[in-house]
Amino acid sequence: MTTPTYTRADFQTDQEVRWCPGCGDYTILASVQGFMADLGVKREEIVFISGIGCSSRFPYYMNTYGMHTIHGRAPAIASGLSSSRPDLSVWVITGDGDALSIGGNHLIHALRRNMNIKILLFNNQIYGLTKGQYSPTSEIGKRTKSTPMGSIDYPFNPVSLALGAEATFVGRTLDMDRNHTQSLLKAAHEHQGSALIEIYQNCNVFNDKAFIALTGKGEREHNRINLEAGEPIIFGADDEKAVVLRDGQCHIVDRAAVDASEILVHDPERQDPTIAFSLSRLSHNPDGPTPLGIIRKVQRPTYESVMSAQLVEAQSDRGPGDLSALLASHGTWTVD
Amino acid sequence: MSDETATLDVSSDSDATEVDRVVIRMAGDSGDGMQLAGTRFTDASAVFGNDLATLPSFPAEIRAPAGTLPGVSSFQIQIAHDDILTAGDDPDCLVAMNPAALKKHLPDLRKGGTVILNEEAFVERNLSKAGYEANPLEDDTLTGFKVIKVPMESLTKEAVKDTGVSGRDVLRSKNFFALGLLSWLFNRPTDPTIEWVNEKFAKKSEVAAANIAALEAGYTFGFATEATKSTIIVKPAPLEAGTYTNVNGNTALAWGLIAAAQQASIPLFYGTYPITPASDILHELSRHKNFGVRTFQAEDEIAAVGSTIGAAFGGALAVTGSSGPGIALKSEAISLAMMAELPMIVVNVQRAGPSTGMPTKPEQTDLLFSLFGRHGESPLPVVAAASPSDAFDTAIEAARIALKYMTPVILLSDNQVANGTEPWRLPDLNDLPDLKVSFANKPNGPDQKFLPYMRDIDTFARPWAIPGTPGLEHRLGGLEKDSISGNVSYDPNNHQLMTDTRAWKVDNIANDISPVEVEGDEDSRILVIGWGSTHGPITAAARNLRKQGEKVATTHLRHLHPFPANLGEVLDRFEKVLVPEMNSGQLRYVLRAEFLSNAVGLDKIAGEPFKVSEIEERIMELISE
Ligand code: SF4
Repeated sequence: MTTPTYTRADFQTDQEVRWCPGCGDYTILASVQGFMADLGVKREEIVFISGIGCSSRFPYYMNTYGMHTIHGRAPAIASGLSSSRPDLSVWVITGDGDALSIGGNHLIHALRRNMNIKILLFNNQIYGLTKGQYSPTSEIGKRTKSTPMGSIDYPFNPVSLALGAEATFVGRTLDMDRNHTQSLLKAAHEHQGSALIEIYQNCNVFNDKAFIALTGKGEREHNRINLEAGEPIIFGADDEKAVVLRDGQCHIVDRAAVDASEILVHDPERQDPTIAFSLSRLSHNPDGPTPLGIIRKVQRPTYESVMSAQLVEAQSDRGPGDLSALLASHGTWTVD
Repeated sequence: MSDETATLDVSSDSDATEVDRVVIRMAGDSGDGMQLAGTRFTDASAVFGNDLATLPSFPAEIRAPAGTLPGVSSFQIQIAHDDILTAGDDPDCLVAMNPAALKKHLPDLRKGGTVILNEEAFVERNLSKAGYEANPLEDDTLTGFKVIKVPMESLTKEAVKDTGVSGRDVLRSKNFFALGLLSWLFNRPTDPTIEWVNEKFAKKSEVAAANIAALEAGYTFGFATEATKSTIIVKPAPLEAGTYTNVNGNTALAWGLIAAAQQASIPLFYGTYPITPASDILHELSRHKNFGVRTFQAEDEIAAVGSTIGAAFGGALAVTGSSGPGIALKSEAISLAMMAELPMIVVNVQRAGPSTGMPTKPEQTDLLFSLFGRHGESPLPVVAAASPSDAFDTAIEAARIALKYMTPVILLSDNQVANGTEPWRLPDLNDLPDLKVSFANKPNGPDQKFLPYMRDIDTFARPWAIPGTPGLEHRLGGLEKDSISGNVSYDPNNHQLMTDTRAWKVDNIANDISPVEVEGDEDSRILVIGWGSTHGPITAAARNLRKQGEKVATTHLRHLHPFPANLGEVLDRFEKVLVPEMNSGQLRYVLRAEFLSNAVGLDKIAGEPFKVSEIEERIMELISE
């Protein structure tokens, strides 16, 4: 069967979208809906699963199968669905609180298993739905309703975390950059295995301008380190900065001060995650030069494929299950 | 007083004494192989044709120091010439492989019972580890018992010396020596054991030879030395004709799930996290991938139930299993499944709690937790397995309810059901219920719309539309949903309606389950009612008392929520209702609340099953009141 031709409207539901006006979630929704229309996957084979938080309302607005579940557990629910139904395209929508605080355990395990699910982590560095407490990605010292004297929690860097969790695909993008977002969505879809895309998402109500260093005019030109596979990593308004590898670590240098051959060429397919990790450490918080794009993309068998292969192997070794043989498998005796 | 426990008199003059029942307990250090010896004795007895029931008891610690009381592992079996339901109360015969085993189990041995001792283990070092100040073989500790002292270690060494085993392996066979001696004493065939050993150790022929040599030496020792004046005969039981196997509850439950998935023609998914005593269900299911069974060992209990919800959404027979502490962690997610009205099974193999409690010991303390342990109004069907083999049928029944009514179902087992064994007459597979599910395949509303909460008019189940079905794209979730469209709704009337509907859907299952049946004397003043693993001791106690001329009626509940429709009427027929439970009166509490019943209890929370005699005594108390 051929896939019908879709438009963005085919992925919209009749539900009124209820985020605060100006919220970055709107742009991401539009990016995803538009991307889905061009994906070439049948609508009924797509499932969106979310946890709890502002972003987790997302499935209600996608005209696909979906489930809005409980706080932090979306990767676990998606893992059960994807491993029992490897034919589906399963997407997880989560936020920084959902994925990194209450659901941290499920996130890291889904990634290390290489479960074939695509996790979109909307990072706004704040708890929005509960009206403004600091989150596990909020910067130290952040004053919020729950931290009147400033946060004393050291934040996670989600990309570093995902790399440490053996993720095979890790990317980072910005809510307002639709083309960039869609190119990452496409790459994640094509990747066989788990993909984590961190999407910096502006919460204009409780944490406005958190990503101004990457979005503000006059700043973004300096701070976006756009990673392109096979290209030397250079950035800046006039491409005047570069990333080099010294003592095994990534450093930002003036491009003019180094030989062109010294500039690190981005290779997301490097099996060893060390350099990818070092790249992710160029900015712990997005308040200065920050890498964006596909940071890592390597091949490893998906959980689903190995699980299915074991079922096939068991059947070819022992034949399809025979219930009466199973019940007699511990030995029987007969009473006349 | 108890007939369910036999008497064994080994001092009779004839060569073989016939008895109806014998209870034997084998105890030793966890490294002594008592579970294996017990299982072999069980199989031989099954082949011989006895009715039987077994109950293993494992040390709580995996590697308790050798020779100490916490390191003792034991296996109890009752073999019978007639129909029995329990592994027996106090043993008639105790095998003690070391001083710790004797110290721990001698207090249970029936007065006048037989104790078989591995006498060479009774040396200073072991005695002090067991806490004996004097050697019990030399003082009056064993007065009143028939004692058979056997130099088991030197006899085993002697027996295996030409088999090729060496070093530590030599003494490994001493459990087979003990088994051989028991086989002689109780007239058990040794062929099934020899066959088993040859098969099991096909690749280690020297181990097979050593075990068989030890088994035969034990048998010969009994015979040649006339270790007792008389052997014991327990004749075969007149069991119903059929093909039998010996099964424990975890295995039967796993098989029941496999059978249910086949009957429903959907794949089985089991998402779980290792926990005692439920892990063996995972082990068993993971061996049967050729049935299309997918097992998922999740990162934690919450992920286990979460994965199960995902699999249920995708159209699998989705099951999660755990024990009390794990179920507590799953509670929030179970309410999501309840709200989303997805079919799934939550298995709780109960153990002694609260908290870590006594993980290897049985208890029935999660009944109220199963009925009420969720936030919000979230009633769920609850069923319980009454015995090891009943776990098979109960698993199928749980699946039937889950799939037909689109609801999570809680399936209660416990340590005693899970690890106990009994002969099971294999069912005719043609008699298994048809659980065929029909997934929604076309829109059910106007304008080609799919309405995920448009319910079946009989069952009130909502349609099960699985991803991959064109035109039925819909969103489920934890937020309250409009009663038909399934869109998020905060309408007060809708919430009332949905809450009532979810409860009504579950209550209505009462009309679709077997009514309770009363066993025994309809004109009895007393009804003894139980659920779960108390079935054996309750039924045995009632039978014993009836033999003594007392009038006793019993009934047993498989369905704990909703109750069978006729339960209230049945309770009303009796002047007194007794509820023996391995908790502090949880079913009693519900019966009193729901039916204004004057039910009284017999509570035991000791981490061990009821003795038949304990229940008999309580019934007699009520009779004489
Ligand atoms: S609170 Fe913030 S994240 Fe939530 S909807 Fe409003 S703007 Fe968006």
